[in-house]
Amino acid sequence: MSQLLAHRCPNGHLTYPAHAVCPTCGKEQTGTVDLTDRTGEVVTWTTATATPPGVRAPNTLAIVEFVVDGQSVRVLGGTTTDDVDVGNEVRPVYVEELRDPDAGIREPARQSWDGYRFEAV
Amino acid sequence: MDVALIGASMTEFGQHDAWLQELLAEAGQACLADAGATRDGVEHLYVSNMASGELEGQTGVMNALAADMGLTPAYAQRVDQTSAAGGAGLYAAWQSVASGASEMTLLVGGEKMTHRSTAETTEVIASLTHPVEYKHGITLPTFAGLAARAYIDQYDVPRESLAEVAVKNHANARDNPYAQFHKDVDVETVLSSPIVADPLRLYDYCPVTDGAAALLFCPESVASEYTDDYVRVSGIAGATDTHVVHERAEPTWMGAVEESGRQAFEMAGWDRETVDVAELHDMVTLLEPLQLEALGYADRGKGWQCLRDGLTTRDGEMPVNTSGGLKARGHPLGGTGVAQAVEIYWQLREEAGDRQVPADRGLTCNVGGFGNCVTTALLEGGA
Repeated sequence: MSQLLAHRCPNGHLTYPAHAVCPTCGKEQTGTVDLTDRTGEVVTWTTATATPPGVRAPNTLAIVEFVVDGQSVRVLGGTTTDDVDVGNEVRPVYVEELRDPDAGIREPARQSWDGYRFEAV
Repeated sequence: MDVALIGASMTEFGQHDAWLQELLAEAGQACLADAGATRDGVEHLYVSNMASGELEGQTGVMNALAADMGLTPAYAQRVDQTSAAGGAGLYAAWQSVASGASEMTLLVGGEKMTHRSTAETTEVIASLTHPVEYKHGITLPTFAGLAARAYIDQYDVPRESLAEVAVKNHANARDNPYAQFHKDVDVETVLSSPIVADPLRLYDYCPVTDGAAALLFCPESVASEYTDDYVRVSGIAGATDTHVVHERAEPTWMGAVEESGRQAFEMAGWDRETVDVAELHDMVTLLEPLQLEALGYADRGKGWQCLRDGLTTRDGEMPVNTSGGLKARGHPLGGTGVAQAVEIYWQLREEAGDRQVPADRGLTCNVGGFGNCVTTALLEGGA
């Protein structure tokens, strides 16, 4: 079961993705917060028409902010439709393969290729 | 130890048949000749380059250049900081002389890109992104689209004001024989060009470029042996911001520009208002106003007004990108930060031809990633 996880340090700071230590306070990130069933707000978005090899075109991407217990964390992701605006409320939708792992410059085994896009609530 | 620049050169920027190794040698040889220096004196060689391995399958370019220029056994090092490799090279070269490790240091920066398609070069550059960004098909131009929408939306910025940056920089490049483009564009042309990452369009972005640029560094104490008109490195500093762009509190705030600028001004002991001319990293039109804000020349959300108020025009108090900038001079990744300082060197020595402006003090700001790594340098006419 895939999840969209933010990572939390003992001081409650959240990041996405995880880091070796919390960028804010330097503590080890020991907890996670599941964002999969939460909703967030579109901070900004763009529709890219010139996209890299193995990437859908056009490719609408948004930065989405989630607020959990007063702490905010932002996530970059595509949107399921091109109909999006700043301030929209969206929820994560799982996608098995976000781009073709064999088409780009990055070694396919270097990273995962599944993840979440966002759809309007 | 105070550090001086005593020679400068660059190849024409644009499309070349020559590969990187030849472009670097052309710029490097011209730089030594410009300074009246010989190869025997060069103790350190730095080569600023982002992606010769990825773009042309040639690594080890620092050793290749040292050998081609007959500089061996000089110490040679390639400097990569993505598209801020040139600025990082300035810093490395300055350090080598300031520390006393080298009595004379040659810096050459360059890139060969046009043999690859725009999609391929964009993908090579996008490989600097974090896996959680890369998997979504992000590119550097796409980051700019995200930031531009936030900028326009949050601060009520007129879209036309970004196009005006392109108009200004193209007009400046017409007087720069080394620039890739020598044609004017107008606001309507920019705003009707194809969308790349909404709301930004093709003419908001810099081109793909081949080219190289070079500078020769030595202790200020011996600079007058080479020229009566050397340029002093008065301040220089580099800084980083988050790797993951969406982790920044403000999509439009360039924290590494702010920090490197703060440190460079502190080192030089200058007031910001004393800068006469600046070369900023306009990979996309948006970045020029954002750097003006982070460097302290405008309040947040107001950087776009600098051009309309006349601050940054060629006849303004602080002309920005007299060379044409990345937008119109061109952007051969590792070459850009060096070329920025070459332009300031020429301006301070009154060697800038038809684009000459009155200048005793100049600033360069070179940006890697989408503000991820930045070097700011402050240069002053020394003699």
